[in-house]
Amino acid sequence: MAEPLDDYIDAVSKALALQIEEAWRPAVRANLEVSLRLGRLVDEFALPDETEPAPIFTV
Amino acid sequence: MTTKPEMSAADIAKAVAGGKMSALAATEAALARIKQHDTILNSFTDVTADRARAKARAIDADIAAGKAVGPLAGVPFAVKNLFDVAGLSTRAGSKINRDLAPAKRDATLIERMEAAGAVLVGALNMGEYAYDFTGENVHDGPSRNPHDTTRMSGGSSGGSGSAVGGALVPIALGSDTNGSIRVPSSFCGIFGLKPTYGRLSRARSFPFVASFDHLGPFARSVTDLALAYDAMQGPDADDAACTTRGLEPTVPLLANPVSDLRIAIAGGYFQKNVFPEAVEAVSRVAKALGTTQIVDVPEAARARAAAYVISTTEGASLHLDRLRRRPNDFDPAVRDRLIAGAMVPAPLVDRAQKFRRWYRAQFSEIFKSVDVLLAPATPCTAPKLGQVNFNLDDVELPVRANIGIHTQPISFIGLPVVAVPVPLEPLPIGVQIIAAPWREDIALRVAHALERMGVVSAPSPRGL
Repeated sequence: MAEPLDDYIDAVSKALALQIEEAWRPAVRANLEVSLRLGRLVDEFALPDETEPAPIFTV
Repeated sequence: MTTKPEMSAADIAKAVAGGKMSALAATEAALARIKQHDTILNSFTDVTADRARAKARAIDADIAAGKAVGPLAGVPFAVKNLFDVAGLSTRAGSKINRDLAPAKRDATLIERMEAAGAVLVGALNMGEYAYDFTGENVHDGPSRNPHDTTRMSGGSSGGSGSAVGGALVPIALGSDTNGSIRVPSSFCGIFGLKPTYGRLSRARSFPFVASFDHLGPFARSVTDLALAYDAMQGPDADDAACTTRGLEPTVPLLANPVSDLRIAIAGGYFQKNVFPEAVEAVSRVAKALGTTQIVDVPEAARARAAAYVISTTEGASLHLDRLRRRPNDFDPAVRDRLIAGAMVPAPLVDRAQKFRRWYRAQFSEIFKSVDVLLAPATPCTAPKLGQVNFNLDDVELPVRANIGIHTQPISFIGLPVVAVPVPLEPLPIGVQIIAAPWREDIALRVAHALERMGVVSAPSPRGL
């Protein structure tokens, strides 16, 4: 049975021309689930609109 | 004069410059020790014996001719195999990169070490493409822990940790994106310096995550660490991120007192998910430095999450074409992480980069009242090779995902850190000495004070 992320994985792998063998799919899906969970943690944090990305220590 | 296995770089350089030992003798001693022990440790992937002997003879000739030699004269060193070494393909722990043409020129940091008189003896094993905390490598086999060869060296600079911990060389160079200098330092019981982001040139090294990639040294003493660091400082137009700041030597400052420094323990996140050994190590260091103050670092868990997102996506971007052309030539675990990284929506990456700005501001506030923060380098001592889970407070946790939980929120904003080894039994473990940007001198000074007090030291390799 297809997992909820499988349609997304199929669409993005096609868009990026990445081949994913069926044997790899469970590990790719598991890793993507971790990345999206951690990404949501970042997404939930409210930042001012003016926030600039990435500090570079120039001083 | 003959060399002893654990002779420091400072002592070797002094003996060589003073004519009591030849650079060639120091080099031969290192080559012999590599030959004797590296069949077990598996820390080296390339031994550059001919090059090393030629360099050593040139130093000896300079000394015989009365010419001045550098502060690392005759000191053998080795580099993680993501540094370009002229004549070698820069494999970066991979199978794929072995097909690259041999590098035409050494990495900047190798050139600077050799300009100071050091002698390159080889390139070191590492986790594939630096996406690793274990020191294991499916192509070259694992580099092994010198105190128990059934255990991990730590990654991704595993060979660097193993070679210095095993006293094959007094100094090695490695890279640290999310903890890859500090983790092997902790597991192998040695000193490691991850400088401020942008301090040391990364020119002609194979990248992983441009936002977080740092290069730095490993050593068995703080003086050796500082000698190597000072030799490698300076602007470099070949690395866009490298600072234009001038040289800021740290060796002359090492013995300065630390009584004027405000030192605190990182609280909250940094005191969770740790084994008793990590708690004991931080406690010993804090007690020796006379501090009980705890400073909470806000949102460190979110910082670690953001570091994870940026790492997996920038790594995926770097390797996208190789993932298309040669997916079966990757370590499958690395490949599957990178493919997943390519699928993370862009807004999450942008927000992670913006969160860095916010998080950095929190540290700027902390550093108004504190000069140094102490934190575990790893949550545990070296796990067994191949170990998948560990049990913490009756909860099974995956080893690989949790080794770097205390290092990632620090390299996330590029702060300088010295990892110091606390020689617990049966295995050592590291503590992070964290300073404000560009204050490597402070972190090294504190590490040196701890070393003088006998609280931190690199134990003799017990597994050889």
